[in-house]
Amino acid sequence: MALTIFVLAIFVGFEIITKVPPTLHTPLMSGSNAISGITIVGAIIAAGAGHSTLATILGTLAVILATINVVGGFLVTDRMLQMFKRKS
Amino acid sequence: MIPESVIVLAYLLASVLFILGIKGLTHPRTAVRGNLTGALGMLIAVLATLFHSGIIEYHWIILGLIVGSVMGAVLALKVRMTAMPQMVALLNGFGGAASVLVAAAELIRTPPPPVSDIAIATFASAIIGAVTFWGSLLAFAKLQEYKAFREPIRYPLLQPINAVLGILALGASVLGVLDPSAPGWYWVVVALSSVLGLTLVNPIGGADMPVVIALLNSYSGLAAAATGFVLGNAVLIISGSLVGASGIILTNIMCKAMNRSMFNVLFGVLQEGEQAAKADEVYRTVKSATAEEIAMLFDTARRVVIVPGYGMAVAQAQHAVRDLYHLLESRGIEVLFGIHPVAGRMPGHMNVLLAEVEIPYDKLKELDEINAILNETDVAIVLGANDVVNPLAKTDPKSPIAGMPIIEVDKAKTVVVIKRSLSPGFANIPNPLFAAPNTLMFFADGKRAVLDLVAAIKES
Repeated sequence: MALTIFVLAIFVGFEIITKVPPTLHTPLMSGSNAISGITIVGAIIAAGAGHSTLATILGTLAVILATINVVGGFLVTDRMLQMFKRKS
Repeated sequence: MIPESVIVLAYLLASVLFILGIKGLTHPRTAVRGNLTGALGMLIAVLATLFHSGIIEYHWIILGLIVGSVMGAVLALKVRMTAMPQMVALLNGFGGAASVLVAAAELIRTPPPPVSDIAIATFASAIIGAVTFWGSLLAFAKLQEYKAFREPIRYPLLQPINAVLGILALGASVLGVLDPSAPGWYWVVVALSSVLGLTLVNPIGGADMPVVIALLNSYSGLAAAATGFVLGNAVLIISGSLVGASGIILTNIMCKAMNRSMFNVLFGVLQEGEQAAKADEVYRTVKSATAEEIAMLFDTARRVVIVPGYGMAVAQAQHAVRDLYHLLESRGIEVLFGIHPVAGRMPGHMNVLLAEVEIPYDKLKELDEINAILNETDVAIVLGANDVVNPLAKTDPKSPIAGMPIIEVDKAKTVVVIKRSLSPGFANIPNPLFAAPNTLMFFADGKRAVLDLVAAIKES
Protein backbone atom coordinates (compact mmCIF):
# COMPACT_ATOMS: atom_id res chain seq x y z
CA MET A 1 0.00 0.00 0.00
CA ALA A 2 2.73 2.46 1.01
CA LEU A 3 4.63 1.60 -2.18
CA THR A 4 1.51 2.34 -4.24
CA ILE A 5 1.20 5.75 -2.63
CA PHE A 6 4.92 6.40 -3.24
CA VAL A 7 4.75 5.57 -6.95
CA LEU A 8 1.50 7.49 -7.51
CA ALA A 9 2.86 10.55 -5.69
CA ILE A 10 5.99 10.52 -7.85
CA PHE A 11 3.79 10.47 -10.95
CA VAL A 12 1.74 13.36 -9.61
CA GLY A 13 4.98 15.22 -8.90
CA PHE A 14 6.27 14.74 -12.44
CA GLU A 15 2.93 15.71 -13.95
CA ILE A 16 2.77 18.93 -11.97
CA ILE A 17 6.32 20.09 -12.29
CA THR A 18 7.53 19.28 -15.80
CA LYS A 19 6.69 22.69 -17.26
CA VAL A 20 7.91 25.04 -14.56
CA PRO A 21 9.43 28.26 -15.97
CA PRO A 22 13.11 29.00 -15.12
CA THR A 23 12.04 32.17 -13.32
CA LEU A 24 10.57 29.99 -10.61
CA HIS A 25 13.25 27.33 -10.33
CA THR A 26 14.74 28.74 -7.14
CA PRO A 27 11.45 29.41 -5.31
CA LEU A 28 10.14 26.01 -6.40
CA MET A 29 13.24 24.41 -5.00
CA SER A 30 13.18 26.20 -1.67
CA GLY A 31 9.41 25.78 -1.37
CA SER A 32 9.51 22.07 -2.10
CA ASN A 33 12.47 21.84 0.25
CA ALA A 34 10.32 23.30 3.00
CA ILE A 35 7.74 20.61 2.28
CA SER A 36 10.42 17.93 2.68
CA GLY A 37 10.56 19.14 6.29
CA ILE A 38 7.39 17.05 6.75
CA THR A 39 9.73 14.73 8.63
CA ILE A 40 8.70 17.04 11.48
CA VAL A 41 5.64 14.81 11.90
CA GLY A 42 7.81 11.81 12.74
CA ALA A 43 10.13 13.97 14.81
CA ILE A 44 7.28 15.22 17.00
CA ILE A 45 6.13 11.68 17.69
CA ALA A 46 9.68 10.55 18.47
CA ALA A 47 10.29 13.47 20.82
CA GLY A 48 7.04 13.05 22.72
CA ALA A 49 6.77 9.27 22.96
CA GLY A 50 8.59 9.27 26.29
CA HIS A 51 10.37 6.04 25.42
CA SER A 52 14.02 6.26 26.40
CA THR A 53 16.24 9.25 27.04
CA LEU A 54 18.22 8.54 23.88
CA ALA A 55 15.09 8.32 21.71
CA THR A 56 13.78 11.55 23.24
CA ILE A 57 17.06 13.37 22.61
CA LEU A 58 17.17 12.15 19.02
CA GLY A 59 13.54 13.12 18.55
CA THR A 60 14.01 16.59 20.01
CA LEU A 61 17.07 17.22 17.82
CA ALA A 62 15.01 16.05 14.84
CA VAL A 63 12.20 18.46 15.79
CA ILE A 64 14.68 21.34 15.91
CA LEU A 65 16.28 20.50 12.55
CA ALA A 66 12.99 19.80 10.79
CA THR A 67 11.45 23.01 12.18
CA ILE A 68 14.39 25.07 10.90
CA ASN A 69 13.86 23.40 7.53
CA VAL A 70 10.12 24.10 7.52
CA VAL A 71 10.04 27.63 8.95
CA GLY A 72 13.21 28.79 7.16
CA GLY A 73 12.10 27.21 3.88
CA PHE A 74 8.61 28.70 3.72
CA LEU A 75 9.74 32.14 4.93
CA VAL A 76 12.65 32.44 2.52
CA THR A 77 10.46 31.28 -0.36
CA ASP A 78 7.88 33.90 0.53
CA ARG A 79 10.60 36.56 0.65
CA MET A 80 11.73 35.60 -2.84
CA LEU A 81 8.24 35.43 -4.26
CA GLN A 82 7.31 38.84 -2.87
CA MET A 83 10.10 40.20 -5.07
CA PHE A 84 8.66 38.50 -8.11
CA LYS A 85 5.25 39.93 -7.36
CA ARG A 86 6.25 43.58 -7.46
CA LYS A 87 6.07 44.99 -10.95
CA SER A 88 7.48 48.32 -11.87
CA MET B 1 -8.13 12.93 22.65
CA ILE B 2 -9.42 13.09 19.09
CA PRO B 3 -9.89 9.81 17.21
CA GLU B 4 -7.16 8.43 14.97
CA SER B 5 -9.41 8.72 11.90
CA VAL B 6 -9.57 12.49 12.28
CA ILE B 7 -5.78 12.67 12.32
CA VAL B 8 -5.62 10.55 9.17
CA LEU B 9 -8.10 12.89 7.47
CA ALA B 10 -6.03 15.88 8.56
CA TYR B 11 -2.95 14.26 6.99
CA LEU B 12 -4.95 13.69 3.80
CA LEU B 13 -5.94 17.34 3.75
CA ALA B 14 -2.30 18.33 4.32
CA SER B 15 -1.21 16.12 1.38
CA VAL B 16 -3.78 17.75 -0.89
CA LEU B 17 -2.57 21.19 0.20
CA PHE B 18 1.05 20.20 -0.56
CA ILE B 19 0.10 19.10 -4.07
CA LEU B 20 -1.89 22.31 -4.65
CA GLY B 21 0.96 24.31 -3.14
CA ILE B 22 3.59 22.88 -5.45
CA LYS B 23 1.22 23.30 -8.39
CA GLY B 24 0.90 26.96 -7.43
CA LEU B 25 4.67 27.34 -7.39
CA THR B 26 4.82 26.52 -11.09
CA HIS B 27 3.22 29.81 -12.23
CA PRO B 28 4.43 33.31 -11.32
CA ARG B 29 0.91 34.55 -10.71
CA THR B 30 -0.06 31.82 -8.24
CA ALA B 31 3.35 31.26 -6.64
CA VAL B 32 2.89 33.31 -3.45
CA ARG B 33 -0.44 31.66 -2.77
CA GLY B 34 1.06 28.25 -3.59
CA ASN B 35 3.77 28.71 -1.00
CA LEU B 36 1.23 29.77 1.62
CA THR B 37 -0.93 26.77 0.72
CA GLY B 38 2.04 24.48 1.35
CA ALA B 39 2.74 26.21 4.66
CA LEU B 40 -0.90 25.80 5.68
CA GLY B 41 -0.64 22.09 4.85
CA MET B 42 2.40 21.85 7.10
CA LEU B 43 0.63 23.65 9.93
CA ILE B 44 -2.32 21.27 9.70
CA ALA B 45 0.01 18.24 9.65
CA VAL B 46 1.88 19.51 12.73
CA LEU B 47 -1.29 20.35 14.67
CA ALA B 48 -2.83 16.97 13.86
CA THR B 49 0.34 15.20 14.96
CA LEU B 50 0.22 16.90 18.33
CA PHE B 51 -2.93 14.87 19.00
CA HIS B 52 -1.26 11.59 18.04
CA SER B 53 -1.98 8.85 20.57
CA GLY B 54 1.74 7.97 20.80
CA ILE B 55 2.62 11.30 22.36
CA ILE B 56 2.58 11.33 26.13
CA GLU B 57 4.71 14.36 26.95
CA TYR B 58 4.96 17.73 25.28
CA HIS B 59 7.74 19.80 26.81
CA TRP B 60 10.49 18.47 24.53
CA ILE B 61 8.31 18.96 21.48
CA ILE B 62 7.47 22.54 22.44
CA LEU B 63 11.12 23.29 23.16
CA GLY B 64 12.18 21.87 19.78
CA LEU B 65 9.47 23.76 17.91
CA ILE B 66 10.41 27.06 19.54
CA VAL B 67 14.17 26.69 19.06
CA GLY B 68 13.72 25.53 15.45
CA SER B 69 11.22 28.29 14.59
CA VAL B 70 13.44 31.04 15.95
CA MET B 71 16.53 29.71 14.18
CA GLY B 72 14.67 29.14 10.93
CA ALA B 73 13.07 32.59 10.99
CA VAL B 74 16.34 34.34 11.77
CA LEU B 75 18.12 32.49 8.97
CA ALA B 76 15.35 33.19 6.47
CA LEU B 77 14.95 36.87 7.26
CA LYS B 78 18.63 37.70 7.52
CA VAL B 79 20.04 35.90 4.48
CA ARG B 80 21.00 38.08 1.52
CA MET B 81 19.54 37.15 -1.83
CA THR B 82 23.03 36.51 -3.18
CA ALA B 83 23.54 33.90 -0.46
CA MET B 84 20.34 32.05 -1.33
CA PRO B 85 22.08 28.96 -2.77
CA GLN B 86 23.97 28.32 0.50
CA MET B 87 20.80 28.84 2.48
CA VAL B 88 18.84 26.32 0.45
CA ALA B 89 21.73 23.84 0.70
CA LEU B 90 21.80 24.21 4.48
CA LEU B 91 18.03 23.78 4.90
CA ASN B 92 18.20 20.72 2.65
CA GLY B 93 20.83 19.22 4.90
CA PHE B 94 18.75 19.82 8.03
CA GLY B 95 15.81 18.01 6.47
CA GLY B 96 18.03 15.04 5.66
CA ALA B 97 19.52 14.94 9.16
CA ALA B 98 16.07 15.07 10.73
CA SER B 99 15.09 11.98 8.73
CA VAL B 100 18.16 10.08 9.98
CA LEU B 101 17.35 10.98 13.59
CA VAL B 102 13.65 10.08 13.34
CA ALA B 103 14.45 6.67 11.85
CA ALA B 104 17.03 6.11 14.61
CA ALA B 105 14.61 7.05 17.38
CA GLU B 106 11.99 4.76 15.86
CA LEU B 107 14.51 1.90 15.66
CA ILE B 108 15.32 2.31 19.37
CA ARG B 109 11.65 2.63 20.32
CA THR B 110 10.22 -0.32 18.41
CA PRO B 111 12.74 -2.35 16.42
CA PRO B 112 10.89 -3.63 13.33
CA PRO B 113 10.75 -7.37 12.63
CA PRO B 114 13.80 -8.70 10.73
CA VAL B 115 13.75 -8.52 6.92
CA SER B 116 10.57 -6.41 6.91
CA ASP B 117 9.81 -3.52 4.60
CA ILE B 118 10.02 -1.22 7.63
CA ALA B 119 13.53 -2.42 8.42
CA ILE B 120 14.54 -1.78 4.81
CA ALA B 121 13.01 1.70 4.91
CA THR B 122 14.83 2.48 8.15
CA PHE B 123 18.19 1.83 6.55
CA ALA B 124 17.21 3.63 3.34
CA SER B 125 16.42 6.62 5.54
CA ALA B 126 19.87 6.34 7.15
CA ILE B 127 21.72 6.22 3.82
CA ILE B 128 19.77 8.93 1.98
CA GLY B 129 19.49 11.20 5.00
CA ALA B 130 23.18 11.04 5.93
CA VAL B 131 24.35 11.54 2.33
CA THR B 132 21.99 14.52 2.07
CA PHE B 133 23.16 16.07 5.33
CA TRP B 134 26.90 15.85 4.80
CA GLY B 135 26.67 16.48 1.06
CA SER B 136 24.62 19.61 1.75
CA LEU B 137 27.01 20.84 4.44
CA LEU B 138 29.92 20.49 2.05
CA ALA B 139 27.92 22.21 -0.71
CA PHE B 140 27.20 25.00 1.77
CA ALA B 141 30.91 25.35 2.58
CA LYS B 142 31.80 25.44 -1.12
CA LEU B 143 29.13 28.02 -1.94
CA GLN B 144 30.13 30.13 1.03
CA GLU B 145 33.63 30.00 -0.48
CA TYR B 146 35.37 28.97 2.69
CA LYS B 147 39.05 28.82 1.78
CA ALA B 148 39.57 25.20 2.79
CA PHE B 149 36.76 24.03 0.50
CA ARG B 150 37.31 26.21 -2.55
CA GLU B 151 39.33 23.54 -4.30
CA PRO B 152 38.28 19.89 -4.23
CA ILE B 153 40.53 17.79 -2.03
CA ARG B 154 42.56 15.74 -4.47
CA TYR B 155 43.17 12.08 -3.80
CA PRO B 156 43.53 9.10 -6.12
CA LEU B 157 40.86 6.52 -6.92
CA LEU B 158 37.96 8.93 -6.48
CA GLN B 159 35.26 6.80 -8.02
CA PRO B 160 36.47 3.43 -6.67
CA ILE B 161 36.46 4.85 -3.14
CA ASN B 162 32.87 6.07 -3.60
CA ALA B 163 31.90 2.65 -4.93
CA VAL B 164 33.53 0.87 -1.98
CA LEU B 165 31.83 3.20 0.53
CA GLY B 166 28.50 2.64 -1.18
CA ILE B 167 28.91 -1.13 -1.15
CA LEU B 168 29.99 -1.12 2.51
CA ALA B 169 26.99 1.02 3.46
CA LEU B 170 24.67 -1.36 1.59
CA GLY B 171 26.37 -4.38 3.18
CA ALA B 172 25.99 -2.98 6.70
CA SER B 173 22.36 -2.19 5.84
CA VAL B 174 21.74 -5.80 4.86
CA LEU B 175 23.16 -6.96 8.23
CA GLY B 176 21.01 -4.36 9.98
CA VAL B 177 17.88 -5.42 8.11
CA LEU B 178 18.56 -9.06 9.06
CA ASP B 179 18.71 -8.09 12.75
CA PRO B 180 17.14 -4.67 13.43
CA SER B 181 17.32 -5.21 17.20
CA ALA B 182 21.07 -4.55 17.02
CA PRO B 183 21.02 -0.77 16.46
CA GLY B 184 24.83 -0.71 16.10
CA TRP B 185 24.48 -1.45 12.37
CA TYR B 186 22.30 1.60 11.96
CA TRP B 187 25.06 3.89 13.17
CA VAL B 188 27.64 2.08 11.06
CA VAL B 189 25.46 2.78 8.03
CA VAL B 190 25.04 6.41 9.07
CA ALA B 191 28.81 6.80 9.48
CA LEU B 192 29.62 5.21 6.11
CA SER B 193 26.94 7.24 4.35
CA SER B 194 28.20 10.42 5.98
CA VAL B 195 31.64 9.86 4.49
CA LEU B 196 30.01 8.97 1.17
CA GLY B 197 28.08 12.25 1.19
CA LEU B 198 31.36 14.13 1.56
CA THR B 199 33.29 12.15 -1.07
CA LEU B 200 30.42 12.43 -3.57
CA VAL B 201 30.20 16.22 -3.37
CA ASN B 202 33.94 16.87 -2.89
CA PRO B 203 35.02 16.70 -6.56
CA ILE B 204 32.08 18.73 -7.84
CA GLY B 205 33.19 22.21 -8.81
CA GLY B 206 31.57 25.60 -9.24
CA ALA B 207 29.91 25.16 -12.61
CA ASP B 208 28.19 21.96 -11.55
CA MET B 209 26.90 23.44 -8.31
CA PRO B 210 23.35 24.11 -9.59
CA VAL B 211 23.07 20.42 -10.40
CA VAL B 212 24.27 19.37 -6.96
CA ILE B 213 21.85 21.68 -5.19
CA ALA B 214 18.95 20.37 -7.28
CA LEU B 215 20.00 16.80 -6.65
CA LEU B 216 20.41 17.20 -2.89
CA ASN B 217 16.97 18.80 -2.86
CA SER B 218 15.63 15.65 -4.44
CA TYR B 219 17.47 13.48 -1.89
CA SER B 220 16.01 15.40 1.06
CA GLY B 221 12.56 14.54 -0.29
CA LEU B 222 13.42 10.90 -0.76
CA ALA B 223 14.79 10.78 2.80
CA ALA B 224 11.46 12.10 4.07
CA ALA B 225 9.61 9.53 1.96
CA ALA B 226 11.80 6.74 3.38
CA THR B 227 10.97 7.94 6.90
CA GLY B 228 7.32 7.80 5.85
CA PHE B 229 7.75 4.10 5.07
CA VAL B 230 9.34 3.59 8.51
CA LEU B 231 6.41 5.24 10.26
CA GLY B 232 3.77 3.94 7.88
CA ASN B 233 2.68 7.54 7.38
CA ALA B 234 1.16 8.51 4.03
CA VAL B 235 1.66 12.26 4.34
CA LEU B 236 5.42 11.79 4.61
CA ILE B 237 5.49 9.44 1.65
CA ILE B 238 3.40 11.76 -0.52
CA SER B 239 5.19 15.01 0.25
CA GLY B 240 8.60 13.33 0.21
CA SER B 241 8.04 11.89 -3.24
CA LEU B 242 6.68 15.20 -4.54
CA VAL B 243 9.90 16.88 -3.47
CA GLY B 244 11.97 14.00 -4.84
CA ALA B 245 10.27 14.30 -8.22
CA SER B 246 10.68 18.08 -8.39
CA GLY B 247 14.36 17.81 -7.52
CA ILE B 248 15.00 15.19 -10.20
CA ILE B 249 13.24 17.30 -12.83
CA LEU B 250 15.36 20.33 -11.96
CA THR B 251 18.51 18.19 -11.94
CA ASN B 252 17.64 16.95 -15.39
CA ILE B 253 17.05 20.49 -16.68
CA MET B 254 20.44 21.59 -15.32
CA CYS B 255 22.23 18.61 -16.86
CA LYS B 256 20.65 19.30 -20.24
CA ALA B 257 21.69 22.94 -19.95
CA MET B 258 25.29 21.82 -19.67
CA ASN B 259 25.09 18.88 -22.04
CA ARG B 260 26.39 16.67 -19.25
CA SER B 261 25.05 13.31 -18.25
CA MET B 262 23.68 13.07 -14.75
CA PHE B 263 26.11 10.21 -14.15
CA ASN B 264 29.15 12.37 -14.93
CA VAL B 265 28.01 15.14 -12.65
CA LEU B 266 27.08 12.74 -9.87
CA PHE B 267 30.36 10.96 -9.84
CA GLY B 268 32.47 14.01 -10.43
CA VAL B 269 33.85 12.88 -13.75
CA LEU B 270 35.78 15.96 -14.81
CA GLN B 271 37.24 16.13 -18.25
CA GLU B 272 40.59 17.79 -18.04
CA GLY B 273 40.93 20.46 -20.71
CA GLU B 274 44.19 20.56 -22.68
CA GLN B 275 43.52 23.99 -24.11
CA ALA B 276 44.68 25.99 -21.11
CA ALA B 277 48.17 26.48 -22.54
CA LYS B 278 46.82 28.15 -25.65
CA ALA B 279 45.37 31.13 -23.77
CA ASP B 280 48.12 33.49 -24.97
CA GLU B 281 47.39 32.62 -28.57
CA VAL B 282 43.63 32.95 -28.15
CA TYR B 283 43.92 36.35 -26.53
CA ARG B 284 46.31 37.97 -29.04
CA THR B 285 43.64 40.22 -30.51
CA VAL B 286 41.82 41.31 -27.35
CA LYS B 287 40.60 44.94 -27.43
CA SER B 288 39.75 46.75 -24.24
CA ALA B 289 37.62 49.88 -23.96
CA THR B 290 36.75 52.54 -21.40
CA ALA B 291 33.31 53.39 -20.04
CA GLU B 292 33.21 56.54 -22.25
CA GLU B 293 33.95 54.56 -25.41
CA ILE B 294 31.32 51.98 -24.55
CA ALA B 295 28.76 54.67 -23.66
CA MET B 296 28.88 55.88 -27.26
CA LEU B 297 27.57 52.54 -28.47
CA PHE B 298 24.25 53.33 -26.85
CA ASP B 299 23.73 56.53 -28.87
CA THR B 300 22.52 54.52 -31.81
CA ALA B 301 21.52 51.23 -30.17
CA ARG B 302 17.95 50.08 -30.36
CA ARG B 303 18.17 46.74 -28.59
CA VAL B 304 20.53 45.75 -25.77
CA VAL B 305 20.80 42.30 -24.26
CA ILE B 306 22.41 41.85 -20.85
CA VAL B 307 23.76 38.40 -19.98
CA PRO B 308 24.42 38.10 -16.23
CA GLY B 309 26.51 35.43 -14.56
CA TYR B 310 27.79 34.60 -11.14
CA GLY B 311 30.18 37.56 -11.40
CA MET B 312 27.17 39.86 -11.11
CA ALA B 313 26.16 38.17 -7.85
CA VAL B 314 29.68 38.31 -6.41
CA ALA B 315 30.04 42.00 -7.24
CA GLN B 316 26.52 42.71 -5.89
CA ALA B 317 26.01 44.52 -9.17
CA GLN B 318 22.30 43.86 -9.59
CA HIS B 319 21.28 47.28 -8.25
CA ALA B 320 23.66 49.02 -10.64
CA VAL B 321 22.24 46.86 -13.44
CA ARG B 322 18.76 48.07 -12.57
CA ASP B 323 19.96 51.68 -12.91
CA LEU B 324 21.48 50.89 -16.30
CA TYR B 325 18.26 49.18 -17.33
CA HIS B 326 16.10 52.18 -16.41
CA LEU B 327 18.51 54.63 -18.04
CA LEU B 328 18.56 52.74 -21.33
CA GLU B 329 14.81 52.15 -21.35
CA SER B 330 14.22 55.86 -20.68
CA ARG B 331 16.13 56.54 -23.91
CA GLY B 332 13.84 54.28 -25.88
CA ILE B 333 16.25 51.36 -26.04
CA GLU B 334 14.76 47.89 -25.62
CA VAL B 335 16.64 46.07 -22.87
CA LEU B 336 16.34 42.31 -22.46
CA PHE B 337 18.14 39.86 -20.23
CA GLY B 338 19.48 36.54 -21.51
CA ILE B 339 19.44 33.99 -18.73
CA HIS B 340 21.33 30.75 -19.10
CA PRO B 341 19.82 27.94 -17.00
CA VAL B 342 23.08 27.28 -15.17
CA ALA B 343 24.16 30.89 -14.72
CA GLY B 344 24.85 31.35 -11.02
CA ARG B 345 25.00 28.78 -8.29
CA MET B 346 21.51 27.36 -8.20
CA PRO B 347 18.73 26.89 -10.75
CA GLY B 348 17.11 30.24 -11.41
CA HIS B 349 19.66 32.15 -9.31
CA MET B 350 19.90 35.05 -11.79
CA ASN B 351 16.12 35.38 -11.98
CA VAL B 352 15.95 35.85 -8.23
CA LEU B 353 18.69 38.49 -8.19
CA LEU B 354 17.05 40.44 -11.01
CA ALA B 355 13.65 40.13 -9.38
CA GLU B 356 15.22 41.53 -6.19
CA VAL B 357 15.86 44.80 -8.06
CA GLU B 358 12.44 44.72 -9.71
CA ILE B 359 13.39 43.93 -13.28
CA PRO B 360 10.04 42.82 -14.76
CA TYR B 361 10.18 39.11 -15.38
CA ASP B 362 8.90 39.39 -18.94
CA LYS B 363 12.26 41.02 -19.72
CA LEU B 364 14.08 37.84 -18.69
CA LYS B 365 14.47 35.59 -21.71
CA GLU B 366 15.46 31.96 -21.85
CA LEU B 367 18.29 30.57 -23.90
CA ASP B 368 16.37 29.73 -27.11
CA GLU B 369 14.32 32.88 -27.05
CA ILE B 370 17.31 35.19 -26.64
CA ASN B 371 19.43 33.33 -29.19
CA ALA B 372 16.73 33.85 -31.78
CA ILE B 373 17.01 37.64 -31.55
CA LEU B 374 20.70 38.17 -30.80
CA ASN B 375 21.53 38.76 -34.47
CA GLU B 376 19.16 41.72 -34.34
CA THR B 377 20.80 43.08 -31.20
CA ASP B 378 23.07 46.11 -31.22
CA VAL B 379 24.92 45.60 -27.96
CA ALA B 380 25.23 42.45 -25.85
CA ILE B 381 26.64 43.06 -22.37
CA VAL B 382 28.18 40.02 -20.72
CA LEU B 383 28.38 40.69 -17.01
CA GLY B 384 30.48 38.26 -15.02
CA ALA B 385 29.57 35.28 -17.17
CA ASN B 386 32.14 33.07 -18.81
CA ASP B 387 31.43 29.56 -19.87
CA VAL B 388 27.77 30.12 -20.74
CA VAL B 389 28.84 32.42 -23.61
CA ASN B 390 31.95 30.49 -24.75
CA PRO B 391 31.70 29.72 -28.49
CA LEU B 392 34.12 26.82 -28.04
CA ALA B 393 31.11 24.83 -26.84
CA LYS B 394 29.89 24.90 -30.45
CA THR B 395 33.18 24.80 -32.37
CA ASP B 396 35.58 22.58 -30.43
CA PRO B 397 34.38 19.00 -29.97
CA LYS B 398 37.35 18.31 -27.68
CA SER B 399 36.52 21.12 -25.26
CA PRO B 400 35.27 20.14 -21.79
CA ILE B 401 32.14 22.16 -22.48
CA ALA B 402 31.61 20.77 -25.99
CA GLY B 403 27.95 20.57 -26.90
CA MET B 404 26.80 22.76 -24.03
CA PRO B 405 24.09 25.12 -25.29
CA ILE B 406 25.38 28.69 -24.96
CA ILE B 407 23.99 32.17 -25.24
CA GLU B 408 25.25 33.20 -28.66
CA VAL B 409 26.22 36.79 -27.83
CA ASP B 410 28.81 36.70 -30.62
CA LYS B 411 25.92 37.16 -33.06
CA ALA B 412 25.23 40.67 -31.70
CA LYS B 413 26.68 43.67 -33.54
CA THR B 414 28.94 44.54 -30.59
CA VAL B 415 29.71 42.50 -27.49
CA VAL B 416 30.85 44.20 -24.30
CA VAL B 417 32.39 41.81 -21.79
CA ILE B 418 32.63 43.18 -18.25
CA LYS B 419 35.17 41.13 -16.36
CA ARG B 420 38.00 41.77 -13.96
CA SER B 421 40.63 39.96 -16.02
CA LEU B 422 41.04 37.41 -18.76
CA SER B 423 41.06 34.62 -16.19
CA PRO B 424 39.12 31.56 -17.31
CA GLY B 425 35.77 30.59 -15.82
CA PHE B 426 34.85 27.50 -13.86
CA ALA B 427 35.49 25.23 -16.81
CA ASN B 428 39.03 26.62 -16.84
CA ILE B 429 39.27 27.18 -20.58
CA PRO B 430 40.06 30.38 -22.47
CA ASN B 431 37.16 32.08 -24.21
CA PRO B 432 37.75 33.09 -27.86
CA LEU B 433 34.75 35.41 -27.55
CA PHE B 434 36.98 37.84 -25.65
CA ALA B 435 39.22 38.17 -28.72
CA ALA B 436 36.45 38.27 -31.33
CA PRO B 437 36.56 41.25 -33.75
CA ASN B 438 33.22 42.60 -32.45
CA THR B 439 34.08 42.22 -28.75
CA LEU B 440 35.21 44.99 -26.41
CA MET B 441 36.60 44.02 -23.02
CA PHE B 442 35.78 46.28 -20.10
CA PHE B 443 38.17 45.24 -17.34
CA ALA B 444 36.68 46.18 -13.98
CA ASP B 445 34.73 44.92 -11.01
CA GLY B 446 31.17 44.22 -12.17
CA LYS B 447 29.47 46.82 -9.99
CA ARG B 448 32.08 49.53 -10.56
CA ALA B 449 31.93 48.93 -14.30
CA VAL B 450 28.16 49.26 -14.54
CA LEU B 451 28.15 52.38 -12.34
CA ASP B 452 30.85 53.96 -14.50
CA LEU B 453 28.90 53.03 -17.60
CA VAL B 454 25.73 54.63 -16.23
CA ALA B 455 27.65 57.81 -15.41
CA ALA B 456 29.27 57.88 -18.85
CA ILE B 457 25.96 57.41 -20.66
CA LYS B 458 24.40 60.23 -18.65
CA GLU B 459 27.25 62.54 -19.63
CA SER B 460 27.35 61.70 -23.29
